[in-house]
Amino acid sequence: MENFIYHRPTKPADAVKAMKDAADGKFLSGGMTLLPTMKQGLAAPSDIIDLGGLGNSGVEVGADKVTVKAGTVHANVATDKGVKKAIPALSALAGGIGDPHVRNRGTIGGSIANNDPAADYPAAVVGLNATVVTSARSVPGDKFFTDIFTTALKDDEIVTAVEFPVPKRAAYVKFPNPASRYAMVGVMVAELKDGSVRVAVTGAGPKVFRVPEMEKALEANFSADAIGGIKVKASGLNSDMHASPEYRAHLVTVLARRAVAAAK
Amino acid sequence: MDTGIGARVRRKEDHRFITGKGQYTDDINLKDQTYAYFVRSPHAHATIKSIKEPEWAPEDGVVAVFTGEHVAEDKIGGLICGWMIHSKDGSPMKAGPHPILAQGKARYVGDHVAVVIAETKEQAKAAAARVDVTYGVLPHVVDVAKATKSKAQIHDVAPDNTVFEWSLGDKAATEAAFQRAHHVTKLDLVNNRLIPNAMEPRAAIGSYDSGSDHYTLYTTSQNPHVARLVISAFHGLAPEHKLRVIAPDVGGGFGSKIFIYAEEVVCVWASKRIGGRPIKWTAERTESFLADAHGRDHVTHAELAMDKDGHILGLKCHTLASMGAYLSTFASCVPTYLYATLLSGQYAIPAIYAEVDAIYTNTAPVDAYRGAGRPEATYLVERIVETAAREMKIDPAEFRRRNFVTSFPHQTPVIMTYDAGDYDASLKKALEIADYKGFPARKAAAAKQGKLRGIGFANYIEACGIAPSAAVGSLGAGVGLWESAEVRVNPVGTIEVLTGSHSHGQGHETTFAQLVSDRLGVDINSVAIVHGDTDKVQFGMGTYGSRSGAVGMSAISKALDKVEAKARKIAAHVMEAAEGDIEFKNGSFSVKGTDKKMAFGEVALAAYVAHKFPTSEIEPGLKETAFYDPSNFTFPAGCHICEVEIDTETGVTEIVSWTAVDDFGTVINPMIVEGQVHGGITQGIGQALTEGCVYDSESGQLLTGSYMDYCMPRATDVPSFKLGFTETKCPSNPLGMKGCGEAGAIAAPAAVMNAMTDALGVKDLAMPASPHTVWKTLQATKMAAE
Repeated sequence: MENFIYHRPTKPADAVKAMKDAADGKFLSGGMTLLPTMKQGLAAPSDIIDLGGLGNSGVEVGADKVTVKAGTVHANVATDKGVKKAIPALSALAGGIGDPHVRNRGTIGGSIANNDPAADYPAAVVGLNATVVTSARSVPGDKFFTDIFTTALKDDEIVTAVEFPVPKRAAYVKFPNPASRYAMVGVMVAELKDGSVRVAVTGAGPKVFRVPEMEKALEANFSADAIGGIKVKASGLNSDMHASPEYRAHLVTVLARRAVAAAK
Repeated sequence: MDTGIGARVRRKEDHRFITGKGQYTDDINLKDQTYAYFVRSPHAHATIKSIKEPEWAPEDGVVAVFTGEHVAEDKIGGLICGWMIHSKDGSPMKAGPHPILAQGKARYVGDHVAVVIAETKEQAKAAAARVDVTYGVLPHVVDVAKATKSKAQIHDVAPDNTVFEWSLGDKAATEAAFQRAHHVTKLDLVNNRLIPNAMEPRAAIGSYDSGSDHYTLYTTSQNPHVARLVISAFHGLAPEHKLRVIAPDVGGGFGSKIFIYAEEVVCVWASKRIGGRPIKWTAERTESFLADAHGRDHVTHAELAMDKDGHILGLKCHTLASMGAYLSTFASCVPTYLYATLLSGQYAIPAIYAEVDAIYTNTAPVDAYRGAGRPEATYLVERIVETAAREMKIDPAEFRRRNFVTSFPHQTPVIMTYDAGDYDASLKKALEIADYKGFPARKAAAAKQGKLRGIGFANYIEACGIAPSAAVGSLGAGVGLWESAEVRVNPVGTIEVLTGSHSHGQGHETTFAQLVSDRLGVDINSVAIVHGDTDKVQFGMGTYGSRSGAVGMSAISKALDKVEAKARKIAAHVMEAAEGDIEFKNGSFSVKGTDKKMAFGEVALAAYVAHKFPTSEIEPGLKETAFYDPSNFTFPAGCHICEVEIDTETGVTEIVSWTAVDDFGTVINPMIVEGQVHGGITQGIGQALTEGCVYDSESGQLLTGSYMDYCMPRATDVPSFKLGFTETKCPSNPLGMKGCGEAGAIAAPAAVMNAMTDALGVKDLAMPASPHTVWKTLQATKMAAE
């Protein structure tokens, strides 16, 4: 690991300024990806701006909305009683990320800002039609994840919170990579309060994506059988030693059906 | 509390380990210590054109950079392979040179090209990245099945990358058996390459003291004395009395820490070069993946011939065994004498012929890994026996029963003489525990849930405690495989046992103490086990091949015999009785027919005080040594039954039931033995379902270079095991022990894959049978049916 200048601002504005002033700065939240990357010499930022000093952690559960502050660790989302009641799919998703160490260090802000194609949270943000609140604006979930490891965030923009509308029912089903336990395929299915349905898939492609055909079928008939025959195309899906695009495509349908059956 | 043989004594060493008080090599820091970091080849096969150092600044902290040229200057010998194998044509195996730092060529990704020694670990690593090596990339081959026809010429001495073409058994008799066959079963098998993954990575601290002209090496070794012997005799670093090797607490080995590796030798050699400052190296996990010796990597074609009643007439096979890019310490014996000698399995097979070609590939060296050759043999035998039973429509249990060896001793056509066993007893017990009769109902119930349920057997036999030394010598071994022990009784009756065995997780401090407690009737806490230091223990062969019980403890037992015999003499003098009237029981010596009695500790004190016996006849003190060479291998055997359920939608396999009935002969501590069985089965399940080392054939890079891609089995991947034991005593050692450390890893892959192929209704299925592989198989089956 190379040397770097360490900052621990207490105000978002100071964090943004530190980033503007840095030659090649990086925001640090839970550090679950950044630190291993630095240790392996794959990243060598000039400045680390640790967002932990902002104290921006916690969950607010309202009648129609669950707001998760960006610095909230996955374990807190997973165990929060209010979240469990309002959006059990969200708390289950958070409880299935990584291992206990990761869940107690990694944050929702860090996860979505990193936009790992195999991360779980993007499926929740898109599938539950969440809004990402940043230091500068609010971004609809659908517009936030732009490409592999790339988001709508500007270099000096910080995620401050994610607002999840409380759905009518939802479930997240994940097929973990056997080695890493990242999502090889993860599917969030949600019926929102306005009756619209979202099917968001993570792990299978370069970034989270929705399956409109399934959504339409489920809006007409919210049952597993309604989507049993709907397949996503394999082309463009991820390929590695653990799963071919065809297998991933197949799993999307299987997991989506299981998510529909499990939705509550 | 009973602390003798057969008692479930809690492990004495565990308090130390689980409270963080273990002393591993990396926990040790010496005065003025420096740190080594290795420059490793990024190419699978390349010439080294030049190695250039930048101008180092003081803040770089660089002490020295060494390359193969410095090694050559000091005439430090290369790494050796200690088992000579001759090809069918009588020619000796073709071992290419394996210098401790590459000379002219790098032959796999991770090959040790240069070493940087610096003031801190971080400085060494940063500096290593700045050493400029110019490579000339050469063609490479990583796949053993393609290596003999590859453009890559890995070692000049080995045309077609072939180390040897060896055979065992009677070819003509086997061909004749196949001529008579009613049915022949043919099977192609790949025994997937595995990476050992001990919890503690390899580490070393080498130091040189110019005052005494003496070297010390702390290292993560399963056999420190063998390391000293090799470093002294073959690397030529220093004579043995000028070299001390210490293997302190070692956190797992599974075979991978048997071998003498380049990094450890470099640390101790280079210390003198930098004026005697100690040099420490601890492998990063990535280096463990790249540069620890890997296991397995066989490609095999096998055929089994049967008569019309399913009696086996003959077995033949041809195996390609990858050696990696160099021959590691015992690489050559693994696919030969530890493999083909067990191809008779538990069965009376009249004729066997095995051909094994050992092949170089541009991959990490391959050597012994938990089971070493025996898992490969069991996988072949048990997969083909199961397949033959299915093809002949004979119940697989019945098929095995028909072919069991039932009388002992039994001479197989492949060297081994099985000394004792009752294979039907373990099968019978396993069938009961597994409720074999209830399987069809369980399969039907699973089908209702949309799951495919399958059952698979593995009736394994293995060979432990490789012996006797003369016999293994005649097969090409460079060493004898006896063991030594020294029992030191202190004047107050406490006991130190010095053993040439080495514990790296097995619990020797407990089991060995149990033997002493049992024999001398002393408190287990008054017994200390000393191992792992060549300055303390005179010599030893170390721990591997499940030998420490059968061989190591037998040596201790022999030394205890001598201690008891001398103590009897002393007790007789002290109690003024005839030696023949002395009885020794429950830790006390008594005179037959009287109430005269002396506790063991009192006799020990009398031995050292030496007032009451003629020292002209009996030497003072109470200390005995023994070197024990067994008269035969031991043959642990058993029956494992695995049941799986496969989710047909996802391809996910769940192991829903596991029965293991093992015959290990005498069991010293059932709790520790059960732990060994659990661990072994879990490793075997890992091989069958999750683990597989993958090199990219295009680039030669190791694709499974971290836990992100190399899938170790987790607790959730294994069921709760149902264990049972049968017991036939081993006749070739005084304790009747056979060995238990590898059995699970030997039996499990075949049991799992037999269950998987049963569930899927297919003949062939590759390991690891990951969900993806299973799904593809399901798709292919579905397409074939449509």
